[in-house]
Amino acid sequence: MLFTVLTGLITSSLLIPFGKLIKTKWSFLLPLIPVLLFLFYLLHIPTIAGGTNLLQGVNWVPSLGVNLDFRLDGLSLLFALLITGIGSAIFFYARTYLKGHVYYDRFFAYLLLFMSAMLGVVLSNNILTLFVFWELTSISSFFLIGFNNDSKESRASALTALSITGLGGFFLLAGLILMGQIAGTFVISELFNKHDFLLAHPLYPLIAGLIFIGAFTKSAQFPFHFWLPGAMKAPTPVSAYLHSATMVKAGIYLLARFTPVLGGSELWNNTLLIVGGFTMAFAAIHALFRVDLKGILAYSTISALGMLTFLLGLGTQEAFIAAAVFTLVHALYKANLFMVTGIIDHETHSRDISKLSGLRKVLFPVFIAALLAALSSAGLPSTFGFIGKDLIYEATLHYEANWALWLTGLAIITNIGLVAAGFMAGLTPFTGKLPATFEKVHLPYPSMWIPPLLLGVLGLAFGLFPGIVGDLFNNQAANAIAQAETGMKLKIWHGFNTVLLLSIATLAVGILVYLINKPSERKLAAVERFNSIAPQRIFIRLGRSIVRLSAWYTQTFHNGYLRSYHIKIIIFAELLLAYKLWISGPIQINWEELTPLSWYEVGIVAILLGALYIIVTTGSRLTSVVSTSVIGYCICLMFVFYSAPDLAMTQFTIDTLTTVLFVLVLYKLPSFINITSRWILIRDAIVALGFGVILSLIALKVLQEPNSTEVSNFYGENSYLLAKGKNVVNTILVDFRGIDTMFETVVLSIAAIGVYSLIRLRLKASEKE
Amino acid sequence: MELLLVIVIGLLYSAGVYLILRRSMVKLLLGIMLLGNGTNILIFLLGKITKGTPPVINEAYKVFQDIYADPIPQALILTAIVISFALTSFAIVLLKRVYALVDSDDLDDLNTPEEEDL
Amino acid sequence: MKSAILQTATRYLLPILLLFSFFLLLRGHYYPGGGFVGGLVASIAFVLHSFANGTENTMKILRYKPLSLIPIGLAISTLSVVAPLLFGLPPMTGLWFEEPIPVIGMIGSALFFDLGVYLVVIGVVLTILFTIALEQ
Repeated sequence: MLFTVLTGLITSSLLIPFGKLIKTKWSFLLPLIPVLLFLFYLLHIPTIAGGTNLLQGVNWVPSLGVNLDFRLDGLSLLFALLITGIGSAIFFYARTYLKGHVYYDRFFAYLLLFMSAMLGVVLSNNILTLFVFWELTSISSFFLIGFNNDSKESRASALTALSITGLGGFFLLAGLILMGQIAGTFVISELFNKHDFLLAHPLYPLIAGLIFIGAFTKSAQFPFHFWLPGAMKAPTPVSAYLHSATMVKAGIYLLARFTPVLGGSELWNNTLLIVGGFTMAFAAIHALFRVDLKGILAYSTISALGMLTFLLGLGTQEAFIAAAVFTLVHALYKANLFMVTGIIDHETHSRDISKLSGLRKVLFPVFIAALLAALSSAGLPSTFGFIGKDLIYEATLHYEANWALWLTGLAIITNIGLVAAGFMAGLTPFTGKLPATFEKVHLPYPSMWIPPLLLGVLGLAFGLFPGIVGDLFNNQAANAIAQAETGMKLKIWHGFNTVLLLSIATLAVGILVYLINKPSERKLAAVERFNSIAPQRIFIRLGRSIVRLSAWYTQTFHNGYLRSYHIKIIIFAELLLAYKLWISGPIQINWEELTPLSWYEVGIVAILLGALYIIVTTGSRLTSVVSTSVIGYCICLMFVFYSAPDLAMTQFTIDTLTTVLFVLVLYKLPSFINITSRWILIRDAIVALGFGVILSLIALKVLQEPNSTEVSNFYGENSYLLAKGKNVVNTILVDFRGIDTMFETVVLSIAAIGVYSLIRLRLKASEKE
Repeated sequence: MELLLVIVIGLLYSAGVYLILRRSMVKLLLGIMLLGNGTNILIFLLGKITKGTPPVINEAYKVFQDIYADPIPQALILTAIVISFALTSFAIVLLKRVYALVDSDDLDDLNTPEEEDL
Repeated sequence: MKSAILQTATRYLLPILLLFSFFLLLRGHYYPGGGFVGGLVASIAFVLHSFANGTENTMKILRYKPLSLIPIGLAISTLSVVAPLLFGLPPMTGLWFEEPIPVIGMIGSALFFDLGVYLVVIGVVLTILFTIALEQ
């Protein structure tokens, strides 16, 4: 399993050097990657259907409990098949769709990255690994939405999507870590056993809430739904892949995955019911008023995601079955419709359903694909959608008696909306009279219309033989959500009962709505007002104020004056050090331990302080340089007094050379300017003295601490025994810490080369003139 | 004597900080050098200073017979002194080059000021 | 700064100082001294000579560009670091001749390491100072 995740990551990075080849004749290789992965997961169906779960683990950061653990169970398999299967269709499709695009290679690199990340999300058995891949999907989605990076709208949408999903990611991380800490494990399969413990924990509502925010932002649940319509700025293959079939379902996956860990409580179920229920009805009604094909699809996707959340919220086994089936149903028809939209857009350069009509005459195979999708979405008997719808109604009807009616009603309203929306997207552009402008439209390459047609046919096949699909993996997926045997048996015919009646009624009303409802810009504007209750405005305002804040911050703190940076850093350091000193207690001086004072030491210190005073006050450059070297010689003498002959010699020679250097360079420069105001001088003097005082106090503080001499003693004792030297300082430099000295000489060399080239460079430039 | 060194450290740091808050590039460089000197003495002081006992083993013996000054701070400071020479020389040349370009020792001439002095 | 006294003095001072610097280098392992100090003293000797006689003349005495001393020094110290590998020992292991050599004392890989440091220091200091001086 690890290799399937890595395949995409590796090939994605391979596209950097080999991008040119992929752009031309080798592009047929690209779709092979998802196809091979798809086959790999198809081969696992028998194992998983037999009830075994596959485990694979690679240690990554074992000390933090972060490991690349992968686990394949029914739920993971369902999603892995969706990701690779729909992925194969999309890769074939996009290969033609984007033919000749400048950033063709880049696009597939992002897409492969995304596929890997998504596989990582659904296969991870470690919640922290899951999170890493989760964030990776957000990032790759950001790049894909902003793929047309010369369009301002595209960039803005990408940023919105990233900030919403990224924000959700933070909450999710907090929730996951909290959960892992409380449960004492980051391994998902172990978390299943902690269900009761977690539910009883006082922090349970917090964990659930944080994970909800993560899942809702990703899966575009109200009130975070607004990023998804914006994300439709991405090229259509991306919308089909990420924003309908896979990435947005990551949130659903997360909720389903954690249902056996955190689910079953009232808080869990009711939140999901309310948020999911509201989202699905809200978005379904919204979809009806769109004129842009992608807009319709975006809102019907939000609605479908709401439906899935809602089903998980029901919390019954029937609901889990319905969710597992509906995930597949929706992915099949929605990806199909998106690809159809892409073809229409590609060939007619329009996505406006009020203008498109009669395209069946020129795009017949595309029409068949769209028809199959629309019918599946409508839930016509003998399509897979019909079975999905049946299961939904069954789940709502069998819910607690008080609520069953209301919930079923809500589901019916949503489904009516989805029926109509499906027809609007799948039928409207193809029916009616073909306008003259579109007569020249021709059918694209088969590689563009075969993938959607294939998905449509699959939808039909699954509808005719639901038992096979159900037994093979939907059942296992539902089992994984419920962590129990659900015993699902999908049937094409349930007999004549309430559910069937409801289905037919939904279909009839849906068709009626489709025929009556004529969306227009005016209606759209009216409906858009409802969107203002979503916090989109708040998000935008927040974004703007963050920009303003950073502008203000930059102007105040990064004004470009070096000394202004210095003073801020120094004051901050002073406060920090002073606070640390304050809390560390009083300073005690052990007078007896101090070395005695002699008159020549006092004399040297007096000279040093005098030189220091001259440096600070003098207006002459030479005086200050000379004073600096006086200080250096004074320090050199101190080294002599305090048993450091090596230091004294080095300090003496270096000081001499520095002075020579200064004199060589500086005698040309003008004398100091003195234009700073008196007040600023006083302020700086106070800051500087404060720093000095704090440093002195720290020195005193450290003096009272007992000195650890282990290392020094080691060097002292072994200097001759190990390094055959009697000057310990020298043995440390050339033997014990020889590598350090080695690199020090390298640093010196770099400085010399730097000086050399700085001066030579200028000579060359002036020679040219 | 330690107390005297503590005062020297404090004043070296003060002077260094005061100088790096000035507008002149040369003063900035001198300030950095003073800070380096202050740090060297600080490290030296923290190794417990002693008089007349350099960390050199007596000719007749193979190990120390007496107390000796801590060699580690000395090795550290020796490295620091040499490295700071490299730093200073590079900075001086850089300064010289900047002076040749903008004909000024004023740090503020290096950027386009938008606000008055803070 | 051309003064006859200084010029005459440096003629004798240069070899003496260079000898002294080499002495510092050799005895560094037993007494205060070593590659850094030795190198610095040698550089000062050349700087003094260049003050008295002009940098061009000093460069003539040196024959080679001081910059070329840097790679030589680095190579010597690197060799002394990796030499133990030839004897199957970990790098940086001290290798020593059995018997002390008159005047110099014990010779080992540490001395070569220090010699490398010595040359690098001379190369660095002279490169920096001479490039600046020549540019004036």
